[in-house]
Amino acid sequence: MPLLRADGVSHRFGPREVLRGLSFEVGRGEIFGFLGPNGAGKTTAFQVLCGLTAPTGGRLELGGQPVRPGDRRLRTRMGVVFQSLSLDLKLTARENLLLGAALYRIGRPDARARARELLELTELTDRADEPVQRFSGGMRRRLEIARALIHRPEILVMDEPTAGLDEVAFQRTWTRLIELRERTQLTILLTTHRPEEAERCDRLAVLQGGRIVACESPDALRRRVSGDVIVIDADDADALARALGAKLGLAARVEAPARLTLEHERGHELIPRIVEAFAPGRIRSLGLRRPSLGDAFVKLTGHLLAEDEA
Amino acid sequence: MSALLEDLATVRVLWVRDLLRFLRQPSRIVGALGQPIIFWLVLGSGMASTFRMQGAEQLGYMEYFYPGVIVMVVLFASIFATVSVIEDKSAGFLQTVLVAPGSRAALVLGKSLGAATVALLQAAVFLLLAPWAGFRLGALDWPLLALALIATSLGLTAFGFALAWWLDNIQAYHAIQMTLLVPLWVLSGAMFPASDRHPLFAAIMRANPLTYATAAIRHALYGGVAPIAAPPAGTSLLILLGFCLLCLAVASVLCYRKRT
Repeated sequence: MPLLRADGVSHRFGPREVLRGLSFEVGRGEIFGFLGPNGAGKTTAFQVLCGLTAPTGGRLELGGQPVRPGDRRLRTRMGVVFQSLSLDLKLTARENLLLGAALYRIGRPDARARARELLELTELTDRADEPVQRFSGGMRRRLEIARALIHRPEILVMDEPTAGLDEVAFQRTWTRLIELRERTQLTILLTTHRPEEAERCDRLAVLQGGRIVACESPDALRRRVSGDVIVIDADDADALARALGAKLGLAARVEAPARLTLEHERGHELIPRIVEAFAPGRIRSLGLRRPSLGDAFVKLTGHLLAEDEA
Repeated sequence: MSALLEDLATVRVLWVRDLLRFLRQPSRIVGALGQPIIFWLVLGSGMASTFRMQGAEQLGYMEYFYPGVIVMVVLFASIFATVSVIEDKSAGFLQTVLVAPGSRAALVLGKSLGAATVALLQAAVFLLLAPWAGFRLGALDWPLLALALIATSLGLTAFGFALAWWLDNIQAYHAIQMTLLVPLWVLSGAMFPASDRHPLFAAIMRANPLTYATAAIRHALYGGVAPIAAPPAGTSLLILLGFCLLCLAVASVLCYRKRT
């Protein structure tokens, strides 16, 4: 039985349909991601899950029992990490954790022990008694995650949890989350637009225009892109794409004014033909790579996941 | 049962949080008290030579004005303590509370109680000046004063919460507080008594909850009954209590209906 099940969850703001019937199941201990660019409905899906927005249609089930979104039972078993700040900056890290624990009626000795443990886990022990306003962005995010875990939730719901983290902090955060999942069977739901974060999920729901257009593992998604991806940088990508079509019958996708990509079963064989077909200078550089989740996303939706990852 | 305990926990967390924050920022008390004290001293001594209270000629303006300034302290403290709700609910600690098990009504009550406590602490500090206004601290009707201050501050903070939740905009919040509440304070009998010569003002004063706050506090400062005409203490307390409950109810309804 899935731990959490959504059936036809929809939401509209006035005439605008933001979620168009989301249906999905998440098993215990699973890491489940909503992947999509800004405006795909990820944040609304997050808000519905943690009870901040009442959906205009659809239903949720928790452990096989129907549950109203935002129901106390659901809130008690859920930890939530927001994209924006949800800490009190004037208070210390420890005070934030202890107040968070008190909201879930965790007894004082247990709360203290739990706060110590989470400060240790997030490497904030040295700064535990400093006001959070002196913390860097990365430290605040770590504390947000610690705060969301203070009451040992079964489900952790996170909205773009690693936004603004550098590479090292990103890796560490995910190593810890995956460890925690192994140890406690924690179920994690998150929204993301970062392909490298989506890679950490067991399954991904690809969102476009408020709909789930695919729901499968990162590997399965990548397999939708056949073979290799050839990336070509050129001064005029549009003109080159037309020429590739005319001369070699290839369908290239322009990703940026100076970049296009081609999907091909046997990319290495195609590269010499492309190079020979064009006068020197037409192509600035040319590369071959394995398909990424970003490529799979483009293939599925016809859109880039994020402009900066083109 | 567990729902009630969760709600109580939520109220307690928000109350403790506001107190901790207040104690961390001693400068806030200076800011919140500075203006009313200056107001009292400057306006009080400026008006002293022209103010004559009919039927109570021996009453100086510093003394007349003092209860009104207490209401002002509570009013300003409430305004400043609830404006933070606007940011707090979309990028602050209230988000944590919204997804925790406690109800929205508990959130409203906890935040209002926290802010009201901060306002009360500031009023308590200002009360230390009472002897300079001519009141003996030992002769005050303390229970009446405490009840009047609690009801006033809780009502005003709940009002501020409702406004902050509904508006979502700091400028608009301050604009409404300043154009609505400050004139209501002026027309509460704080600066001058109601007069039958201005029927419109008199009507506004009767409908104004702050009139009853000023009246109840004035009676309390004189040990129960003020030597000038003002709405009776009991009636004033009842009206203040009604105002307080109404504001809490409106804030709760808004909080359930509207998330951001």
